[in-house]
Amino acid sequence: MSTVTNVGTDFDLIAHLLRRTGFGATRDELEEYAALGYEGALDKLFNPGDADALPVDLIRRYHADQSDLRIPPSSGSFWMYRMVTTKAPFEEKIALFWHRVFATGQTKVIQGKVMISQIEMFRKYGLGSFRELLIQLSRDPAMILWLDNQDNHKDAVNENYGREILELFAMGVGNYTEEDVKECARAFTGWTIANMPYMSTKMRNNTLRPYGYIAWQYEYDESDHDDGEKTFLGETGNFNGEDIIDIICKNPATPRFIARHLYHHFVADEFPVPQWPFEEPKDPEAIQIMVDAYFANDYSIGAMLRAMFASDIFKAESTRFARIKSPVEIVVGTLRLAGDFDWPTDDVYKATAACTYMGQQLLGPASVEGWMGGDDWISTGSMVQRINFASDTVGDPEKRGIKSIIVRIAERHEPGNVEPEALVDDCLDLVGRLQVGDDTLEGLVAFARDQGDVDASTDDGAGKITSLLQLIVSSREYQLA
Amino acid sequence: MAKQREKVLVIVQLSGGNDYLNCIVPWEDPRYRDARIGVRITEDEVIPLDNGLGLNPGMSAFKELYDQERVAIIHGIGYPTPSRSHFRSMDIWHTATPDRVGEQGWLGQAVRQLDPSGSNVVTAVNFGNGLPRALAAPGVPVASVGNLEDYGLLTGMSGAAQREQALSAFSRIYTPGVGSGMVMDYLGKTGLDALKGADILKQAPKLYESTVEYPDNPIAQALKGVAQVHFADLGTRVFYTVSGGWDTHTNEVTLQRGLWEEVSTGLRAFYQDLEEHDLGPEVTILVFSEFGRRVKDNGNGTDHGSGGVSFVIGDAVKGGHYSEYPSLDVGRLIEGDLAYNFDFRGLYTDLLEDWLGLDAQEIVGGNFEKISPFVDAVA
Repeated sequence: MSTVTNVGTDFDLIAHLLRRTGFGATRDELEEYAALGYEGALDKLFNPGDADALPVDLIRRYHADQSDLRIPPSSGSFWMYRMVTTKAPFEEKIALFWHRVFATGQTKVIQGKVMISQIEMFRKYGLGSFRELLIQLSRDPAMILWLDNQDNHKDAVNENYGREILELFAMGVGNYTEEDVKECARAFTGWTIANMPYMSTKMRNNTLRPYGYIAWQYEYDESDHDDGEKTFLGETGNFNGEDIIDIICKNPATPRFIARHLYHHFVADEFPVPQWPFEEPKDPEAIQIMVDAYFANDYSIGAMLRAMFASDIFKAESTRFARIKSPVEIVVGTLRLAGDFDWPTDDVYKATAACTYMGQQLLGPASVEGWMGGDDWISTGSMVQRINFASDTVGDPEKRGIKSIIVRIAERHEPGNVEPEALVDDCLDLVGRLQVGDDTLEGLVAFARDQGDVDASTDDGAGKITSLLQLIVSSREYQLA
Repeated sequence: MAKQREKVLVIVQLSGGNDYLNCIVPWEDPRYRDARIGVRITEDEVIPLDNGLGLNPGMSAFKELYDQERVAIIHGIGYPTPSRSHFRSMDIWHTATPDRVGEQGWLGQAVRQLDPSGSNVVTAVNFGNGLPRALAAPGVPVASVGNLEDYGLLTGMSGAAQREQALSAFSRIYTPGVGSGMVMDYLGKTGLDALKGADILKQAPKLYESTVEYPDNPIAQALKGVAQVHFADLGTRVFYTVSGGWDTHTNEVTLQRGLWEEVSTGLRAFYQDLEEHDLGPEVTILVFSEFGRRVKDNGNGTDHGSGGVSFVIGDAVKGGHYSEYPSLDVGRLIEGDLAYNFDFRGLYTDLLEDWLGLDAQEIVGGNFEKISPFVDAVA
């Protein structure tokens, strides 16, 4: 007896796509996307429709701290809840991508609301034109404060933002000079926070009640803008920030740099960013595909990714499970699998804390360089956290997602004992078509056998299936996306 | 068969910025009274020390250790061009790299020198969730323990028998097979190291016997864990503990006093325990915070500052004052903060070279003036 539909559709390929563009998939989601075929699945991912997120006013009503967002765990949890419940996980994956590249931390910005707004901006502009995204970023109050652009004045230039937009956000080391940094910083003078003296005072005495915190707002202060002539990347003119962004965006170094980031996030682990000036990309052809799409589509990030996902490089067997999951991917993916929380309860905060313990504090990156990713995520301490979080999360047969797995196994077999090999196959299939090595497979089967007979329609059987799922999400293979 | 125990270093991190002025209080100084209108330790509360300074009223247990000449107070500790961001400043202390973003933790590098092959996975033990950057270095195993009593892998498994079976299966599925690739091998080794660490550490509470009652607060309980692991003689050389909540922008006087009571009584219990087991001489403790706080108060608390205070505690320590209290003259302040007058990398050098017997230069990135807090230097 089998309930598998869409015979002929490559479930493994769709599962791969959904791991990369989201946080993996439940069986229901997998079948829904598989029914569309690969191209159709891509269409749906790029045009997701309603994310079906709980409206912000409701979230705030149900959880006072989610209204205040006083500390990084508050705003991080605000985002965590969205990631676990959204029907459009690709939006969140894109937001995570830009959060990693444009790493901004609430530790310095202080204010949660502007952090959340920055993430919302990534959702809105993250797949569009890179030019528009950089303009939005340069006007983003959290970014301005994070890199001190409110202190970048006509008569006293602060180079922080001017440097990082070139080094970390758009081009990478080696593609500009120190002189370009200075000229770039000059062009962004006057891009500041509205009413800064008042806001500084206000922030010192900021209180929640009666009116709530005041969010920083962007303002262009023409009187503090250096309108003089600048020479930037070989061009000369009375450049403002938009002109600088134009010059950045048409420079071939820019899409190469962004493509390498996209590859690192969506395709396979790259070298850590600081090594990029010294190491060639792992797959130059993949980079070129994205660079070409960038120039052919008005600097569109979405077009770069769409071209990548359509390529044989992305679909190849060797690309699957070629990335180490970030803490957020482990946490969100496992919570979505288990069908956890409907409401922003304290469990959301625990999930956010779990990411922090694994080394990824949402909205609190260690530095402006974001997270290195790759095997940098893995240490003895973080492994304990990853394994225990995942195995705890799937350890309750009453959770919606776990129950659904057990019911599906029961439906696939006649009443009575399910053979260990078949049970392991089913479980690997139902956690999102996890592929494991022979050694792991043998170990899982041996464990299933040692547990004794499993009848999926009984409580005893449900408990044993749950234990097997706990072991599966503790495996090495589950660490990979 | 009492063998000579190796020296161990225990870190107590005060996260959030311990207010130096209200910790080691210049209570007789009129400039202190002028600056601290609303957030002051008064004459009748302060615990007087020598030389015109006093301790926070929460530090009475700490005073006992001080009177036993076990406590070195290092005044005005900091680093050039101070950062007032918690995260950045803590990062600087963790990586001993103020001028750029450091990649490796100072203690992670120390552990690599102590155990180059990574043969003992519990050479460093952190009490708390997650790994402080101080302990992070590529390839260096560190056990990170939330609660020693239930520390381990697959703690969410329902029955004890099921968990045993699962752990044995875990060990099997993490054993790297032939040709499984670098990433899988690395995951396998790290997972097995974690399992091994948990197996070793869970012995510690079982072996532990003591008459000492530790106070029921997180830092004291973490110090109890340190004692348990240290007594079990598992070869651990570096222990890390964290006390949180020191970011006293509001309600400082009450908060800081309570926090110091927790830390002080925890440390007192720890020393009683060490004495009971005759294992005190091998232990040195570093207490530090990422920065001190603003000289002028904000009415109810204080904001982020720079120059601060650290403590080195132990039987091997020459108690007393080291370096100097920074001037409270308004003209000598830096942007309203106490100027640092001793680079923390010098203190790290003391601890690395003269306590753990390691090469410090590479770790702290140069030569820094030391304070020599130990009765007998190793080298």
